[in-house]
Amino acid sequence: MTAVATSVVDEIVAALSTVTDPELDEPITTLGFVRSIRVDDTKVVVHLRLPTSFCSPNFAYLMASDSVDALRRVGGLGRVVVLLDDHHDSDKINAGLAADAGYVGTFGVEAETSLDELRRIFRHKAHTAAMERCAEALLKDSAMTVDDLHQVTLADLREGPHKEALLRRRVAIGLGVHPDDPVLVDEDGAPLAADAVPLRLRFAKAVRISIEGNSHFCRGLLATRYADVEPDGSSIRVTNARSTS
Amino acid sequence: MYEKNGEKYYVVDAHVHLWDGRESNLKNVHGKQFIDCFYDYHRNLSPEDEVWDYDTYTYYGADRLMKDVFDDGYADHAIFQATLLSDFYKTGFGQTEEAFGLASKHPDKLTYNHAYDPRNGEEGLEQLRRDAERMNLKGVKLYTAEWHGDSRGYKLDEPWSRRYLEECLKLGIKNIHVHKGPTIRPLDRDAFDVADIDKVATDYLDLNFVVEHVGLPRLEDFCWIATQESNVYGGLAVAMPFVHARPKYFAQIIGELLYWLGEDKILFASDYALWTPQWLVEKFVDFQIPADLPEYAPITTAQKKKILGLNAAALYDLDVPQELRLPTDAGDTSVEVAAGARA
Repeated sequence: MTAVATSVVDEIVAALSTVTDPELDEPITTLGFVRSIRVDDTKVVVHLRLPTSFCSPNFAYLMASDSVDALRRVGGLGRVVVLLDDHHDSDKINAGLAADAGYVGTFGVEAETSLDELRRIFRHKAHTAAMERCAEALLKDSAMTVDDLHQVTLADLREGPHKEALLRRRVAIGLGVHPDDPVLVDEDGAPLAADAVPLRLRFAKAVRISIEGNSHFCRGLLATRYADVEPDGSSIRVTNARSTS
Repeated sequence: MYEKNGEKYYVVDAHVHLWDGRESNLKNVHGKQFIDCFYDYHRNLSPEDEVWDYDTYTYYGADRLMKDVFDDGYADHAIFQATLLSDFYKTGFGQTEEAFGLASKHPDKLTYNHAYDPRNGEEGLEQLRRDAERMNLKGVKLYTAEWHGDSRGYKLDEPWSRRYLEECLKLGIKNIHVHKGPTIRPLDRDAFDVADIDKVATDYLDLNFVVEHVGLPRLEDFCWIATQESNVYGGLAVAMPFVHARPKYFAQIIGELLYWLGEDKILFASDYALWTPQWLVEKFVDFQIPADLPEYAPITTAQKKKILGLNAAALYDLDVPQELRLPTDAGDTSVEVAAGARA
């Protein structure tokens, strides 16, 4: 009963693909972090895995609990069970998820209030990298120079994946997507003076390199750790044990 | 010393270990998870013919280290960086007495950096004083994500940590190597955040802070603080093997470091036995910024000489033979640095 794609499975995969690794800014489905999906008449069970036993437990928890939330939003799946495999905090996180204990309930004295600020920091990093990609594309494809960039607005960007990614990340950090909105902004989303652009862009580039480099390294480590990982994340083991599909 | 095309390079491997990750030394499952994680790093980033078998990897001993690092690995000097992990291993992960003993036997070749944990309070301070005297410490290696009872990490700017740094100043321990790890309390924070290094680097200007693994996975945050502090250095352990596995990414890392830190603040390291220095040195000397990254200037032979050994030699007062020196001393902070560092 493996690898039978049905509509319910498609829905589950689609839901899980909305969950991203906050550090890598990519869906857990394409990163290969979803190990298996088993669905039957009363429940769905999803196993997650990470590149090492020592991946940060706070990010591990975020991805696992986001997965639970995403699957619950699908509706009609019955009980939702998400299990994190082979991690130093697997027992703690899995127990916390099973009990719906929340972040503070899961980690007890190690937790303070919430992971909202952590999430915010990495959303900003993701936005900074997306902004740099758009700016670099403009510099490459047009006669524009760094000195012109402070005047560039969203309307000036060519339609395509880079712009779509930037718009999504602007929304995620509470910025507008009006065509007149400036593309180059500071850490707080405010427009930049012309002379502040070069250093901001230079740092944004370092952010982008860092995220991309981490992503490649994590993919490589996952493939070293687990023999069945495909580069496109298509290695999810799917079992549909429903009596009716 | 490594020689290629008539150029001679003084080599300091600024981060080596003598560890015991054998089953007999495991305290719990986390010890096994830790050495397995190292082994995956090793397998993932090494050239195929440099991959060790698992058993050798868990314990290789002093003779193998001397051969790999000095006989085959070109190093003139190497620096042990302690990794205690007492909560995971019965006698610790890094073997303190074996490494210190080896360094005592070969003082011209090896420096031993010990570790402390500020969560040990007053008693740990006493221990640090005794260790500094017995081991003649010039440096320490701190792993801020080390588990310790209920705690799974600390920050360098916490009050007790500051007391230990002040003690280091008194004891003549001037090189503080810092490795950030994945856990910190509270878990609300990013454990890899380097802001605490920024604070203590500003407050203790007579200490040198060597950020291991050049802040990876937060290269950008590390570059940002390092460019503003005169006493923050980047150790290339774990970044080095990308020279083989992902040369373009390696070029970006080196390009960013040269831009933000400058050529005098970057230290070569193999992280032995995570990787072996021989192929890292050879590939680094052959390495050049690829043509599809025109934003970075080509890396010069003089820069390679500084990174491979002269910078670390300056931090550790190593006596570099005259013929291996540069006309301008490495580690000279008056040397022109990149635009980012002046911003």
